[in-house]
Amino acid sequence: MIELDGLTKRFGNKVAVDDLSCRVRPGMVTGFLGPNGAGKSTTMRMMLDLDNPTSGSVRIDGKHYRELREPLKHIGALLEAKAMHGGRSAYNNLLCLAQSNRIPASRVSHVLDMVGLGAVAKKKSKGFSLGMGQRLGIAAALLGDPEILMFDEPVNGLDPEGIHWIRNLMKALAAEGRTIFVSSHLMSEMALTADHLIVIGQGRLLADTSMADFIHENSRSFVRMRSPQQERLRDVLHGAGIVAAETGDGALEIDGAAPEALGELAAGHGIVLHELSSQRASLEEAFMQMTAGAVEYHAHSEREGAQPPPVGPHWGDRWTGQAGAGSGDGPKGA
Amino acid sequence: MTTPATPPPQAPGQPFQQPQQGLGGPAGTYASPIPVRSPGLGDAIASEWTKIRSVRSTMWTLGVMIVLLLAVGLLSAFAVGASDAELEDTPVLSLGFFGVLLGSICVITLGVLTISSEYGTGMIRTTLTACPSRSRVLIAKSVVFFLLTFSITAVTTGIVGLLQTAMLGGATPGGDDWLRATVGVALYVATLGLLSLAVGALVRHSAGAITLMIAVVLLPLVLAMFMFSPSLADLQQALLEYSIPSQLAAFYDASVTPSGPSGWEPLWIVLGVTAVAMTGAFASLDRRDV
Repeated sequence: MIELDGLTKRFGNKVAVDDLSCRVRPGMVTGFLGPNGAGKSTTMRMMLDLDNPTSGSVRIDGKHYRELREPLKHIGALLEAKAMHGGRSAYNNLLCLAQSNRIPASRVSHVLDMVGLGAVAKKKSKGFSLGMGQRLGIAAALLGDPEILMFDEPVNGLDPEGIHWIRNLMKALAAEGRTIFVSSHLMSEMALTADHLIVIGQGRLLADTSMADFIHENSRSFVRMRSPQQERLRDVLHGAGIVAAETGDGALEIDGAAPEALGELAAGHGIVLHELSSQRASLEEAFMQMTAGAVEYHAHSEREGAQPPPVGPHWGDRWTGQAGAGSGDGPKGA
Repeated sequence: MTTPATPPPQAPGQPFQQPQQGLGGPAGTYASPIPVRSPGLGDAIASEWTKIRSVRSTMWTLGVMIVLLLAVGLLSAFAVGASDAELEDTPVLSLGFFGVLLGSICVITLGVLTISSEYGTGMIRTTLTACPSRSRVLIAKSVVFFLLTFSITAVTTGIVGLLQTAMLGGATPGGDDWLRATVGVALYVATLGLLSLAVGALVRHSAGAITLMIAVVLLPLVLAMFMFSPSLADLQQALLEYSIPSQLAAFYDASVTPSGPSGWEPLWIVLGVTAVAMTGAFASLDRRDV
């Protein structure tokens, strides 16, 4: 269990983390999501007592990090790949960590085998690829068999097989009752691994919710209709009190109405339909929309938000073509 | 994966069996079978010893230092022996001086690298995550580095001294002379290395800290040489007397100037300066973000 209480970090005038309060619970994978520069890494460094908070506090199992005896047995962290001395062998890099926490040397070989680096244990970590460096960092995190594991962007640099491996590893570790805290800037990645979601933008807490709730609340579903009798269809919908938004490519988008009801309505008025489809906005979009709000809140209006302006009639086609997940990203709502 | 198939009889020889919770099992709080005990300074020292012995730069800097001490010490003894010049009242052991002065550059380099290389590689974050007590990390590094450089310098200067006295006649060095030329010099050089370690912790940049320390060793003497103005005479005198080469020479009773620190005094000076720098290094490590 990790508890953050009013955690704040300022670098000069810039607020990196702004009054962040949340809990990371055991037995599940908690995704820590935010765009680049949102303050994820700063928050993680403060959790490990590497950066001093300007105000607020972090408690690991009720204790401040510096009060932990043999911290590697409580919490293992992967902060950046290759936070190791390149001139030292993988084995020796882990051995010096093990010794400082009274972890038997046999455990070093064990974790190296576990992450698939057993064959290169005696090799200098300087020559490791980014993916191997990432695996070595994960081995270091697992060294003390800790109850809490923290991974900062763990899939960076991993090949598809490695990504698959780390996803399963995190799920298995969580199933053993451990607390898994993993940061990412990719919603799609989190959707596959995380049970719970903490979203930050500009250092502020934007959401602290279960993955299921996030999906339920944030994936907008709507119905798309296209007809050669567009004008009549619009009048009919209007007459029925249904708000329809026109997309750039001559279709209509209707929020909050079942496709069955809309189809029956059109049939009742004898309108020919070329398309009647149920659509769902992607989680990536929901995430971008959420974090864009934080950006706008701080008046950085230049940055491109979640809803880019329509760029021609065919722009949205790319998205709608993607099996059920995409939506017209053009003008939404009226 | 992490879950073995057989139930764990927790034999003391196998403390790392994973607990038996199936992947779909109840999600209670995970309890590791590894017992948590209070770690001490000894564990941190063991860790730092592994670090210092497992990088090539240690072997290189200390190897070069040993070679310099032996080569320069023996060459100067050989040169004196081959020439007709009499040693007269110059102590034989003082022929080791130039080797030690050059060798101290290696000790400075190693002292700086002991901590600054961790900042360069990012290892410092891993180190402090494993051992959050900044004072313990700093003390462990200092102890390991000091004992290593002290013993190597003491042994090498001893060997060089023995060879020099065997090659040349001259006045036989007394017990106190021997002590100062070996243990005294080794203590001084190792403490100078500790000062470099403290500077490395403050500067956090290898090249910058090494340059700074070499300047501290050489600059006062070089500056003093160019102070021709009579108004600077006092400053020139002080720089000559208290420059690090002069202090080192005092251990051989071969100081550049007749006044200035003599006997064991240089050691107290360098210890005082190092204590101040170490306090600064600790404050920096304790308060600054890593």
